[in-house]
Amino acid sequence: MTPDAIGIALVFPDLLGTYGDSGNATILAQRLRRRGHLAEVVEINAGGRVPDSCDLYVIGGGEDLPQALAAQELIEQRSLHRGVDRGAVVLAVCAGLQILGQTFVGPDGVEQAGLALLDCVTVRGRGRRAVGELVVDPEAQAGLPRLTGYENHGGVTVPGPQARPLGRVRTGIGNGSHGTDGVVNGRVWSTYMHGPVLARNSALADRLLGLVVGDLAPLDDAESEALRAERLRAAPAEASSPGSRWARLAGRR
Amino acid sequence: MTNVRLPTASRRVICRTNAVVNSLERTAALQRLPPRTRLAAGVGIGVGALSRRLGRGTGSVIGGRAILAIDPDALRRLSQGRQVALVSGTNGKTTTTSLLAAALSRRGPVVSNALGANLPPGITAALAAAPADATHAAIEVDEAWMGTVAEATSPAVVVLLNLSRDQLDRNNEVRRLATRWRDAVHGAAAHVVANADDPLVAWAAMAAASVTWVGAGQRWTADAAGCPNCGGRINFPDELGGDWACQNCHLRRPPLDVWLEGGDIVIRESGERLAVQLALPGRCNQANAAMAMEAAHRLGVGRSEALAAMAATSEVAGRYRTVTVEGTCARLLLAKNHAGWLETFDLLSPPPTPVVVAINARIADGKDPSWLWDVPFEKLQGRLVVATGERSADLAVRLGYADVEHLRQPDPVEAIVAAGRAAGGATVDVVANYTSFQAITGRLATTERLAGTGRHDA
Repeated sequence: MTPDAIGIALVFPDLLGTYGDSGNATILAQRLRRRGHLAEVVEINAGGRVPDSCDLYVIGGGEDLPQALAAQELIEQRSLHRGVDRGAVVLAVCAGLQILGQTFVGPDGVEQAGLALLDCVTVRGRGRRAVGELVVDPEAQAGLPRLTGYENHGGVTVPGPQARPLGRVRTGIGNGSHGTDGVVNGRVWSTYMHGPVLARNSALADRLLGLVVGDLAPLDDAESEALRAERLRAAPAEASSPGSRWARLAGRR
Repeated sequence: MTNVRLPTASRRVICRTNAVVNSLERTAALQRLPPRTRLAAGVGIGVGALSRRLGRGTGSVIGGRAILAIDPDALRRLSQGRQVALVSGTNGKTTTTSLLAAALSRRGPVVSNALGANLPPGITAALAAAPADATHAAIEVDEAWMGTVAEATSPAVVVLLNLSRDQLDRNNEVRRLATRWRDAVHGAAAHVVANADDPLVAWAAMAAASVTWVGAGQRWTADAAGCPNCGGRINFPDELGGDWACQNCHLRRPPLDVWLEGGDIVIRESGERLAVQLALPGRCNQANAAMAMEAAHRLGVGRSEALAAMAATSEVAGRYRTVTVEGTCARLLLAKNHAGWLETFDLLSPPPTPVVVAINARIADGKDPSWLWDVPFEKLQGRLVVATGERSADLAVRLGYADVEHLRQPDPVEAIVAAGRAAGGATVDVVANYTSFQAITGRLATTERLAGTGRHDA
């Protein structure tokens, strides 16, 4: 890695890269470069060592088996934990969110330990998969406008009592629990929104970058804003609606 | 005649289609079928024709559904007495089926669904409408329906091209498809022509009794990084078409029987080198031709003869066709997923020739277009790209972050015109995904802006 560059680790895209989430790393790097920063995306495939020296870590979504493999490697390596201890920023999406919690469900249906960087557990949803547009109103302290993404998951994530969700679900399923989406713990952010989420929500990208480099000059985001507006308009018709089972599970804790 | 109870609507259709049924009954092919299948075929063809006349599409799906509703066993009965070859894979199945049909036509009339639907109803409709003397069938099959269709049609040959992710919202795990393929060819009588360069395909085909292994290449390897046999990691060589092997178990690329080398197809057994001269462009179509050639060879067509028959195919279901739109020459290409795009970059005219990229995200495309972020669009730097289609906003953002000069014009015809203006008279390339391709060809036909230049019928 170039010494002065801001390092963005793209963690196991070969395991957790089914839904274009590698785009989040591309977007973070480009938004830094356009402001005159040096930025470098460090791609770590399965079997490789995740560096603990990066400034940002991006983890995406994927299927059950690769998800379990990714969790196992990250628990053994502990480099992501060390990175977070050093103050690195993490964006985890979908399967990435699930493995960062206390527990999630493995491919055999058995509960498996996560990285415990987030206070949440993920259980298997009993209804059909949540597949469709997802719109989230962020918690006030996030200082962000309404967010849009595309969700595709079977898990239900239950945030713990100390956990702060990313926001409240306006349209779609999200965590599938208490009408929330995502979990935020300090500089570790997570969501069920694919898209990739930063393509549709420049403000979220800059919020994460701001944690690393401080104040940021505005960019021309006309195209991203147009996409965001279009997806927000389309969401009510293209969202996964809470089936009775989802609703039942979501209402209970 | 078997006792068949039909709803009133169907009876009405039967009256209207009596003429069709009568003409069909004269054909030898249907004469040997049971009455129920004969009736079903007649009704299906009638329903399809009616649907076409009402402007509801090609009519093959609804016609096929009608046939299967009356005779659920129609697909099996209509395949009997024909030499059937099935073609499946994520990418290239329509082209390969079309090339195979061209090769098989050297042996007599061929029935094919290459321009139509690839689920059981569409296949059934194609077979029902086949000429009586069509002794061979070249049938394209959706990846997920391979097993069902193989069981019904008892194919002589099965061609397995490639498997990669497609339609993300349906969670169509490619591994599950590979398992289904493996089950489909296990214990079946069919000879399999398989792409040895794709680990998922190779693993599935290894279950078959008799296989021709073709080194057809597979640029997109991300979906096969985990071994289909043991879940271990597969090592791919740096160069396209090299040996791959699992780090953990015995699975590795089978020894090739046939491969591409410097524009030739090489046959291991005989040491023959056959020059591939196709009207269709690109490495991927040479690979498709090699697969089709081996399937045709298995059905009695000489390899050179098969290649000669394929040479004239210059467009497939509108793909590779050059059209003129308000004075702009535009070549139409299809790319519907990452794997398809990796082959498509090679087909494009060199920069600065503008490219129109059309993206929709309907059910047939997959409703989640986030795969755009896995396509290295950075390769389009140095030329103008016009983003079009129903999801042009997603594409425009992707192109922006790829530092590609672009503009957005959601209307595909206007987009082609805009690219033409920038091209200064040169032919522009149009790359569309599935339903946006259909939308473009449909628009061009209905607005009568279509004036064929360099259009050759296959």
